[in-house]
Formats: sequence, structure tokens, C-alpha cells
Amino acid sequence: MSTAVESNAAETVVVMEQVEKWFGRLHVLRGVSLSVRRGERIVICGPSGSGKSTMIRCINGLELHDRGRIVVEGRELRDDPRLLRTIRQEVGMVFQSFNLFPHLTVLENCTLAPMKVRGLSREAAEARAMEYLARVHIADQARKYPAQLSGGQQQRVAIARALCMQPRLMLFDEPTSALDPEMVREVLDVMIELAESGTTMLCVTHEMGFAERVADRVIFMDRGEIIEEGPPAVFFNQPKSERLKLFLSQILHRA
Amino acid sequence: MAPAPSRPARPLASARERRAWLISASVTALLVLLIAWVAWRFLAWAVWHAVWSVPAGPDGAPNTDACRAALGEGACWAVIGEKYRFILFGFYPYAEQWRPALVVLLFIGLFAASLFRRFWHPSLFVVWAGALVFSAALMWGGFAGLPFVPADQWGGLPITLFLATVGLALAFPLAILAALARASRGLPLLKGLSILYIELIRGVPLISLLFMASVMLPLFLPPGIEIAKLLRAQIAFILFAGAYLAEVVRAGLAALPKGQYEAASALGLSYWQSMRHVILPQALRHTVPMLVNTFVGFFKDTSLVLVIGIYDVMTTARTAILEPRWQGFGIEVYLFLAVIYFAFCYSMAGASRRLESRSATPLAATEEPA
Repeated sequence: MSTAVESNAAETVVVMEQVEKWFGRLHVLRGVSLSVRRGERIVICGPSGSGKSTMIRCINGLELHDRGRIVVEGRELRDDPRLLRTIRQEVGMVFQSFNLFPHLTVLENCTLAPMKVRGLSREAAEARAMEYLARVHIADQARKYPAQLSGGQQQRVAIARALCMQPRLMLFDEPTSALDPEMVREVLDVMIELAESGTTMLCVTHEMGFAERVADRVIFMDRGEIIEEGPPAVFFNQPKSERLKLFLSQILHRA
Repeated sequence: MAPAPSRPARPLASARERRAWLISASVTALLVLLIAWVAWRFLAWAVWHAVWSVPAGPDGAPNTDACRAALGEGACWAVIGEKYRFILFGFYPYAEQWRPALVVLLFIGLFAASLFRRFWHPSLFVVWAGALVFSAALMWGGFAGLPFVPADQWGGLPITLFLATVGLALAFPLAILAALARASRGLPLLKGLSILYIELIRGVPLISLLFMASVMLPLFLPPGIEIAKLLRAQIAFILFAGAYLAEVVRAGLAALPKGQYEAASALGLSYWQSMRHVILPQALRHTVPMLVNTFVGFFKDTSLVLVIGIYDVMTTARTAILEPRWQGFGIEVYLFLAVIYFAFCYSMAGASRRLESRSATPLAATEEPA
């Protein structure tokens, strides 16, 4: 299946083939294969320690895979700093803990990489930053420092910061897990808007409502493997494997 | 306005509370008495019974009999009045001492200016570099009608300021490079070299480094090449301070959450870009108190050059009281010296507080109105 997708490379953003990854003796990814088409919105869920974060961190080389192949925008990932920088320019990432730069203002957070990496002028970078900050509904806070914002606001800034690089693909690593419950909504709303505008997204999250609403495909991972995947309607209503049934019963019960 | 609520007058409940109060009150009273007594004795010695100046004797040299008579009773500040030029400027030709004096004022002025945020601009480095070159040129002379003064006649406070300022200015970048090398994962050879450098230097006393620089280094140099003693000492200081500062910087790097490194690389920033714009600005802000601590210690450590015969302000002070006429008045000279060192070190501590209050919270750094 993956070869068929690969031949149509322009439409394929990411291809992972039989990716293996170890942390010391811990086998965290066991033969993961996945391909992501342009515009596709994928939600990845699974119990903690199932390797879902590691998987998306392999896509922008924050973790380097040990075996298998990962191709992002036609470039195969290798341990080569220059290649990794090129790939990372095309792959935006939003972290669980926001990871905004606390010594820079919101605006500076958003203009740093476009200026230094893309070579934009300050004016162009600031104009672009204000555009994306407006898109995440936080343009009025541009001159503040991250510490002056709430968690939900910080995460929206982090999304804008990633968007300012105008990436071909956005990775979300549990973007709402560190938020107070009342702030989850505002971040999810921004992500839904983003999804509906056609952004290619890979999203590790436990927000099943979000998955049902925007995902083209939902992927269930457990113990380093992709156990099951499918469109949300099938995924949630007719789970095949026992592990997914158990997981869904736990997570939906909790929700 | 409503009266401030007063604490309810409560009788001291238990015998235990009464005893505690009694002890604390008597300790306080004793301390106050002790401090008052010490202050009284000190003032009596330093002010009321002090000899402020001495007359010239028949030979034209100062007659210190008055000081001798007051020895133990009152301070002899006359020794400072007679010797301060020598303590501050050493063997620099007397008539030319306005040059080192100007250098000292230039340094103090620049240090003071460097404290103000509105002067924090890349051009400040250029100004500093220019000032250092100008100071050295002024000290040497040999141009514009200024008589040439060889470096071995320099002495006193300019030497201390040169050693400390040039030492820190060069040790700091060295420290950052060493810390980055030591914290790096990709370059084992560079990392090994950095560890070797830091641990070797930290494992040896500064005195032995200075001896090595002054005695051993010339032995290794090819014949015909000579490096001035001051420069050799300066190199030893740079290496020494660099190793200590490197460990401070490394602590700052290690204290940053991994997410900052990850966010920077995820945006496509290169190693040097993320260090320059994301990692070091934060790591260095966190370590301001420790950095300044090292600066202050290093400033005082420059006094160790006396063991290799460089006339910094500590050495000139000791030399000043070697003269038989002034022997026995070491306390006064050392107090004068202490005031000089304190003034510089306390200013550094003050600068540290300014920096901390400006960098501890990003709120305080808001320059542009929101």
C-alpha cells in the first residue's frame, strides 16, 4: 500500500515504513508504517507509553528512528543536521508544555524563526505573525510575555508560532493535556478552525470529540504498534480489537 | 480611616513563652551593647585620637613621631596622605601619574555606564574595546609628547583593573565556548578537551598557575620570543576564570527545560541560532548571581599577582609600608585597601541586583507599552 502512495509523492506528505525505535532496551516503536496525504487530518490515541508521541517526534527528527524509513516531503530522514533543519522548516510542532520562549514577547516568539531561518525582514515577519496571531484570536496580546498569559493563551501562541513558518504539516503532541479544563475548549476551537482550513495535521490527543469532528482517520497505538485505524465513525462505533474496546471504554467513561 | 487593628493585648500565656521572651530580649540587649562598644572603640581610634597629617622633619621627609606616639591609641591616617599616590599608581613616574588616574576614571565611568540598560547596545563592546586600547596606549605613552613608560613600571589600581576587566572580558566568551562544548553530545573530542581544560584548571590553585605563567612558560617559548610578565599573568587569569565561569554557564544550560531546546530545533533554528537567540539568553539570565559571585571572587584573586612580583594595588600597598618610617601602620593601609576593594566588589553586587530585578521576571523587562 505504501508504495502505491509513494508513487503519488506530491500528494503524500509523510511516509513511514517499518519504523523501529528503542530507548535503551525499551522497544518503543515496533514496525510502524503510516502514510499521510496532503490535507489529511489524523488523530493518534492510545494509552500512555504506547509510543504515539515518539512516533510523531520521529517525523521531525526530535527522536531519530533506529530502523525503517521515514520520508517527509520527499526527503528521507537521516541524522544530518542540515537535512533535519530543512525538514523541520516544513513541519510545525506544538508541544504539550507549550515551550514558548519566556524571554521573548509573543510577537518575538512568532518572528524569531521566520526571520532567522526563512530570512524574512522584520516587517514581513511581524506582519505575518500578526496575521496568525489574529487567526488564533490573540493578536491583542502580541506585546506581552508568555508568563503574562494563561495556559490556553500560551498554547494558542505556540500554534501561531508554528504556523508562522508556514509548514506543510503540523504535529500536535498532546496539546491540551497540560491545560486546565476550562482552557481546553479555546485551544480545541483553534485546532478545529485549522483543520477545517485544510491544514495537514497529525494530532496526538485524548480529545475524542475533536477526533470525531475533524479527523479523517483515527489511529490507535499500543505498545509501540499501530493496532487499528479507520475513519472516526467506524473507529468509535465498531472497534475490532479487544485492546481498542478496552481503551475506548476507559477513555469514554472518563470523559 | 479605620484604625489599624492592633494585636490583642494577650498576657504571655505560659512560663515557656515568658522564658523565650526573656532570652530573646537579653540577647538583643547584649548584642546592642557589644556593637556600641566596638563602634565606640573604633571611632575613638579612627577619628578622635587619629593623626591626620605629620609635619616635615628637618631632612624634608615626614616626621612620624606623632604617629608613633599615638600608636595603639589612634590611627595614623597620615600614612595614607603620604602614600596614596604610590598605592594607587606604584612606580609609575610621579609627574605622569595623571595618565593612570585618567585610566582608572575611564574604567569607573564605563563600568557605571554599562549598568544602564539604555547603553546596552552592541556598540558598547566597541566602546569598551576602544577604551582598553586607549588605556594601554596612554599607559605606555611614547606618542604625542608623552614619555614612554615600560609596562614593568606600571602599578597599583590600573593593573588590578586591567587584569580583572581584560580577564573577565576574554574569560567569559571562553567560558561560554567551553560550557557549550562540555554540554554537547555530538562532538566527543571537543567535549573531552573542554572537560580536560576545565578540570585541570580547577584542580590547580591559582597561585601555581601564576607561577607557571611567570616561571615555566618562558622556558617553553622558543628563544627570542618574550612575553611580558603582565601578559603572562593575564593569560593565566583568563584560563583560570574561564574554567570557573564555564561551570557556572554549564549549570545554567543544564537548568533549562529540554522543551526549550526542542522548540528551537523544531522551528528549524540551527545549533548556533538556537544558542544565540533561545538558550544562552535564558541560561545566562538564570546564572547572573553566580556569575557575579565569580566575578567578585576573581576581582579579589587578582591580588595574588603579588607572588610573581607584579605591582597591583595589593602589592603597592604592602610595599608602601616597607619604608622604616612608616612601619607599624599596616592596619591603616590595609583598611584603605579594603575600602578600595569593597567599593568595586560592592558595585558589582549592586549591578547584579539590578540585573536580577530586570531579568528575574519578564514583566519587568517590558519596554514597549502593551
